[in-house]
Amino acid sequence: MALSSWRGKSLWLAFALLLAAPLLFAQSAALSILSQCGCMMILALSFNMLLGQSGMLSFGHAVYSGLAAFASAHLMNELAGSSAAALLLVPLAGGVAGMLAGVVFGYVATRRSGTALSMISLALVELVAAAVLMLPAWFGGESGVSTNRVLGMPLFGVDFSSQLQVYYLIAFWLFVSTAAMYGLTQTPLGRIANAVRDNPQRAAFIGHDPRQVRYLMFMLSAFFAGVGGALTAINFEIVSAENLSLLRSAQILLFTFIGGIGYFFGPMIGAITGVLFSSLLSAYTRGWQLYLGLLFVLIVLFAPGGIAGAWIKLLAGWRQMTLRGWLRLAGGLLTAFGAVFLIEMLYRRAAIL
Amino acid sequence: MEFTLITLLNGLSYGLLLFLLSSGLTLIFSMLGVLNFAHASFYMLGAYFAYAISIQLGFWPALLLAPLLTGLLGALVERVGLRHVRRHGQVAELLFTFGLSYVVVELVQLAWGRSALPYAIPAQLDGPLFTLYSTAFPAYRGFMMLLALLVLLAAGWLLKRSRIGMLIQAALTHPQMLEALGHNVPRLFTLVFAAGCALAGLAGVVGGNAFVTEPGMAAGVGSIIFVVVVVGGLGSLKGAFIASLLIGILQTYAVALDVSLLSALAHWGIQIAPDAVGYPLLRLTLAQVAPVLPYLLLVLVMLLRPRGLFGLRD
Amino acid sequence: MSDQLHPPVLELRNLHKQFGAVRIINGAALQLRQGEKLALIGPNGAGKSTLFNLISGAIVPGSGELLLRGREIGGMTPFQISRLGLARSFQITSIFPRLSVVDNLRTAVLAAHGYRYTFWRRLSGLGKVNYRIEELLQQCGLQAHGATLAGDLSYAVQRALEIGITIAGDASLILLDEPTAGMNRDEAAAATELIRRVSAGKTLLLIEHDMDVVFGLVDRIAVLVDGRIIACDTPAAIRANRAVQEAYLGAVEAQQP
Repeated sequence: MALSSWRGKSLWLAFALLLAAPLLFAQSAALSILSQCGCMMILALSFNMLLGQSGMLSFGHAVYSGLAAFASAHLMNELAGSSAAALLLVPLAGGVAGMLAGVVFGYVATRRSGTALSMISLALVELVAAAVLMLPAWFGGESGVSTNRVLGMPLFGVDFSSQLQVYYLIAFWLFVSTAAMYGLTQTPLGRIANAVRDNPQRAAFIGHDPRQVRYLMFMLSAFFAGVGGALTAINFEIVSAENLSLLRSAQILLFTFIGGIGYFFGPMIGAITGVLFSSLLSAYTRGWQLYLGLLFVLIVLFAPGGIAGAWIKLLAGWRQMTLRGWLRLAGGLLTAFGAVFLIEMLYRRAAIL
Repeated sequence: MEFTLITLLNGLSYGLLLFLLSSGLTLIFSMLGVLNFAHASFYMLGAYFAYAISIQLGFWPALLLAPLLTGLLGALVERVGLRHVRRHGQVAELLFTFGLSYVVVELVQLAWGRSALPYAIPAQLDGPLFTLYSTAFPAYRGFMMLLALLVLLAAGWLLKRSRIGMLIQAALTHPQMLEALGHNVPRLFTLVFAAGCALAGLAGVVGGNAFVTEPGMAAGVGSIIFVVVVVGGLGSLKGAFIASLLIGILQTYAVALDVSLLSALAHWGIQIAPDAVGYPLLRLTLAQVAPVLPYLLLVLVMLLRPRGLFGLRD
Repeated sequence: MSDQLHPPVLELRNLHKQFGAVRIINGAALQLRQGEKLALIGPNGAGKSTLFNLISGAIVPGSGELLLRGREIGGMTPFQISRLGLARSFQITSIFPRLSVVDNLRTAVLAAHGYRYTFWRRLSGLGKVNYRIEELLQQCGLQAHGATLAGDLSYAVQRALEIGITIAGDASLILLDEPTAGMNRDEAAAATELIRRVSAGKTLLLIEHDMDVVFGLVDRIAVLVDGRIIACDTPAAIRANRAVQEAYLGAVEAQQP
């Protein structure tokens, strides 16, 4: 398979889809979901800079997107009455805010590696989430900080009051961020981070400082998380403690892993899947979080490459699939349907009692 | 004076409960190399199982049966899940236990609902153990401390004196050698994992009615025990012990103290105006900050002594 | 001989290291001159790998002096020592399994050329780096495997990559830890030829059990027994050395029923 031409063509296809999506899904609710997907894709890609590319499992990613979201909300409140053009740069400010948080907290987190790093990141998100509730003057307490993205003077008739306009803003920043994060994988730092992921001891013996590499990747990842966080603030016009909670971090982790951490585009698939679960599926069943968790566990157990990995494997080997393979697949699907049926019955029963 | 003593005792009982939890976690980490993210979920299951059993059979049978149930469940999880995932690496193991913790919370909510359960302290243990002037020390807290100490002493004796304990100690440092000698090391792994989960379940039985039994209880204590093991030094039981007591006593003391930086500064004659930049931060009392003190301690320890109090060099 | 103006490339003075109660390195002393090739041999458990770990910074010496070109390096981290011009390979292959062979080499070359944290330049634009990678592929006979993931290679090819990564940074002092471990006669001969080629003009310290490899490559042999260097001389002199014979034959006699 000629990978480079394949990649080039799919890039243009993706760009075209990005532009055309609102034409296919024109209703406001669908646009809202598309906007959420866009934000989540940036968050998932930034998270995978840590997990998939550098081997750091962080449970505290929402700290950087959340703090950036708060900063953006305050910034938008300050900018009220200026012009809509200023909104174009708010995500950049969010990125800077995220990166600053990454500089501070990343210093503590990257003192260690492996399991200890994960636990420190967990403690940091709990710390920041609790601090947010303790400081209502800065973070709005339980109700959070609300803002208005319509900053003032329209730019060529665009004032970002409609979901369609917000979608295109998010799409623009999604394209820019994705291009930047992909570009990073083709730089020396990107490759060295991969080496530190695979074998930090050998990387040190070659002359790289694993801690500095991790710290730098942490800061850059926090920058893009900040961009995503700012876009979330713009999209929902309200930021609360939930934006930087362990739950939000866990969701980003779940979505990214489900998509596939070994491939650059994996997290994007995971983000779409995750948003569909939380926004669409939640309307049909109370058990959507259980399904999400079960899907995650099943993927960890049986398909650690995620949806992206499974897709690539399928493309490469579906012709070699034996009868036994197809039967096994059918059996798996039947079991899944049965389990879903059972779980739905249990939820109905619990609702009645 | 009595405040200090009673608070110290309360802090000790909480700290011992934390150690009951974190000792199992440390044992599992030392042996299997994986930090069981679902450990607090077994704590929660212990409480929920105890509640279910106690309404049928009473508290004392629950005290015995609930930990056994959680231990069995732990054995199942290790045998079917963790063993399968081990070949994909340490990150995969951690992710598996993380996913498990996520799923367990949902299943518990499915089975028992989202609100707190009326899992109550048994009548025989309710009420004060002794009273110092006007402050009472609850009998149940005393029971918790006694139980924790007995269990931990028994576990320590088991490790040091029994044959199985000797095998476990050997497997901690030289699993391949042990396997070469003919011992069933995978079964030992399952046993240790189950024992750790049983300890967590036991902590849940006594913690569930002393504090609260609700779906959020796992998250509440989970993060704290991870702080305990990292501060104490990953893999060090001694470190886990010191860190548990330290955090238990620290938090219990802080909750009762209503001082803030603002009041301290005022005590020294420095007044800060309400519109000053750092005012919201200075205004926080120690009691308000108490829930995050463990995390602040972790940050401090990571900055000053990255390997933890008794941990081996990274 | 060495003097103050030209210190030996590597010098160990009364080096000690113990783990608990066990003294692994017990007063080791050694001097390695510029351009010299020295083999470190000794019975199993004598402490050869530990010595390598001490020199390369993996562990910290208990006491004694460890000098690289006259500079004390005891206590430095591995990457600090590496940047001073020392490279080591591992007995148990230590590569980057999920990176391609090219990327494995690239990681080492990037460090040597100073591109440690660069994220503003594209890999494809680094001409000197890419040229050096091509050179290494040729030298180590890895041209056919450039795009293969290192984890998918056969054992012998992985060992060649192991050496490739070690020499990629053009370090002037090279430490090779049993480079031909697990190889058959032909593979070992090919590896020996490779080592001879890539260590030309450089200082080499080699741990080896295969005497054919040793006698073909080195100027001197140092014998490590019970944590001390009991002899350090030309191969012919070592062969005739009584103490060395006792150390080896004594061990052999103990094994005979």
